[in-house]
Amino acid sequence: MDPVILSRWQFAITTIFHFFFVPVTLGLALFVAILETKYVTSGDELYKKMVKFWSKIFLINFAVGVVTGIVQEFHFGLNWSGYARFMGDIFGAPLAIEGLMAFFMESTFIGVWIFGWDKLSKGAHAAVAWLVAIGSNLSSLWILTANSFMQNPVGYAIRDGRAEMTDFWALLGNPNVWHQFPHVTAAGIAIGGFLVLAFSAWHLLQNKAESKEFFKRSLRWAAVYGLIGALLVGLIGHAQGQFLARSQPLKVAAMEGHWESETPASFSVIAVIDQKNQRNTFDVKIPKALSFLLFNNFKTGFPGLVDLQEAERDKYGPGDYIPPVTLSYWSSRTMIGIGLLMILVSGLAAWWSWRDKIMDRRWFLKILIPAGLLPTIASIAGWLVAETGRWPWIVHGLQRIEDAVSPSITPGNIVFSLTTFLVLYTVLGTVGVALMLKYGKSEPVIAEGKGE
Amino acid sequence: MDLNILWFILLTILFSGFFFLEGFDYGVGMLLPFVAKTDQERRAVINTIGPVWDGNEVWMIVAGGAMFAAFPHMYATLFSGFYVALIFMLIGLIVRGVSFEFRSKRENPRWRKTWDWTIFFGSLIPALLWGVAITNLMRGVAIEGDMNYYGGLLPLLNPYALFGGLTFLGLFIIHGASFLAIKLEGDVHTRVKSLSGKLWIAAIVLAVAFLVWSYLATDILNNPGWDGLIPAILAAVSLLAYGWFLRRGREGLTFLSGGLVIILATVMVFSGLFPRLLISTLDPSNSLTIYNAASGPYTLKVITIVTAIFLPFVLLYQGWTYWIFRKRISPDTPDLHY
Repeated sequence: MDPVILSRWQFAITTIFHFFFVPVTLGLALFVAILETKYVTSGDELYKKMVKFWSKIFLINFAVGVVTGIVQEFHFGLNWSGYARFMGDIFGAPLAIEGLMAFFMESTFIGVWIFGWDKLSKGAHAAVAWLVAIGSNLSSLWILTANSFMQNPVGYAIRDGRAEMTDFWALLGNPNVWHQFPHVTAAGIAIGGFLVLAFSAWHLLQNKAESKEFFKRSLRWAAVYGLIGALLVGLIGHAQGQFLARSQPLKVAAMEGHWESETPASFSVIAVIDQKNQRNTFDVKIPKALSFLLFNNFKTGFPGLVDLQEAERDKYGPGDYIPPVTLSYWSSRTMIGIGLLMILVSGLAAWWSWRDKIMDRRWFLKILIPAGLLPTIASIAGWLVAETGRWPWIVHGLQRIEDAVSPSITPGNIVFSLTTFLVLYTVLGTVGVALMLKYGKSEPVIAEGKGE
Repeated sequence: MDLNILWFILLTILFSGFFFLEGFDYGVGMLLPFVAKTDQERRAVINTIGPVWDGNEVWMIVAGGAMFAAFPHMYATLFSGFYVALIFMLIGLIVRGVSFEFRSKRENPRWRKTWDWTIFFGSLIPALLWGVAITNLMRGVAIEGDMNYYGGLLPLLNPYALFGGLTFLGLFIIHGASFLAIKLEGDVHTRVKSLSGKLWIAAIVLAVAFLVWSYLATDILNNPGWDGLIPAILAAVSLLAYGWFLRRGREGLTFLSGGLVIILATVMVFSGLFPRLLISTLDPSNSLTIYNAASGPYTLKVITIVTAIFLPFVLLYQGWTYWIFRKRISPDTPDLHY
């Protein structure tokens, strides 16, 4: 077995698992902070109960996100020491800053928030909720700064075979960061919103009189929140696609199953991809539409994978520079299709909640339950596009994946660790999700008295 | 003083902070099944570290991140070389972290008992393995000319390193015991106190034997660069002070002495290494030092500025959390979170 392939599987599996939970943290931390602020400004006890109820799911999820994050921190040394040596100057700094600026803030204040209900004033406690939300979203800024360099290297020089940072502000100002970071933040908002929508819809379908107002109100807030997330994630995603067409055309061409250069470029709606023979055996195309999506006009051409491969070979030497096209193509269609669906679903939820018609539409409430997973699926699909689209580079144009792996670990080592993580994460995921379901389906405390 | 030396000192500070703070967390986790009899007592024990353990663990994350940023070759060699041991450590840390959150989420006694033991092992394994890792740093490992260590797991589990692991374990346990002594009330508090004296004697025996063994097996205590001997002597004195204060019922001072032992032991290790980061037993010229393993001067400058701005804030707000949660926890408290 090849240590490169095993290490890639391990990284992919542990990262995707980690990323089931992280965006929920990003989105729910902000949602809870907003609700608590509303509680403080309005004095309405129901908001406090909403905070308490939704924070239970949030905290179970948070725990799994935190512990699986530890693995990620050490992974670059464990399996990718070649990468760590080559990129330490550039990748290590944002990671260290992430810890100092964001993790400390998030992790310290989450403790204060959980345990500090009767130790702090109402306002101070709400402020702590904001510090947790800001801390967790700041951490995504720094990790995406590090990741953006791998997609679009800036502010560096190669010295003695290592990439060295020469301009910190260029690293932070990387346009890739300022597409990716808002995209991920908005995705977190959508994910958090849809999760609350799903649980609220489930409760409303149970017809329990005493919690009806509680979940109607939760649903209304979540619908607006989810709609904002869904709209933003789409708009930013569109801008990001246009940026990627210039910075990583191979990634975009793979996303679109675009083999031959065309002027103007047509958009493939559905295709059967034959990567081996570099063509689509079946393809439904809209003429000029890709030009419009990527360049806002119906004229500009876009290079195809075949020509891009030639250009890369001339630039970097022999090799296969085409990412896995089928995976990219279908992941991007999943992401974009679900994204549009999310706008529709959260839009309807917001509209009907606003007009107080949601209870008359039980079929729609039933749809909201499975819809809770939609943005999570889209987010995973998005990351598959982003990371497999880097192929064959770990750092675009600078280091190939096979040069990044640790030379000192054996396939046996990785089989051991991969198996261990698979077993552990399966148990962890099962227990975590079961507990979230248990608490999400439990009755909130509505009656007067202690809010616990 | 150049930035490489400054970052060596900062790394020492971060590891000292990590071992000081996570040290008592690990200790509390290991003492949990032995000092608490009832479920309510166990909950009280876990809640002593409840508000702070996550923030404490970030010290480890940041120590790792700082190592990556300042000395990437050390990060690369250490984590890939100690691969299997680290996987075990990660298992421990993962299981322990979720245990705190999951444990009280169901009433079932078997459920809770299971998570009690995962907290125990999830604290024991990382504590032991950090000790083993640090002891191997003191002794050196077979680093080749390409900066990699190819030896695998078994050479790392040598008797000296295992003994070092036990010594760290002992120090973390007495540190945890003194933390529990200042945080608890009631029967469980009495039980901790009566156990502390015996634990302290065991820790003394381990520590003295470890120092002698280190003197014979390593050059940490007579390093021509910086000397590890002075912090070693001070650590020993602090360990004696721990027992002295313990006998006199001075709980706060006992805790501080135990913390000082851990900090001074960390300083001993790092100053004994200086200017090396990872010693090669094959050839001294293969060793990683604060110069051949470091990032470029520009990166060091950037992270120095960021650290100078943010570390003081971290110390302030983490200090503030200990102030907020300064009250003792009684097993009679009705609504504990964990």
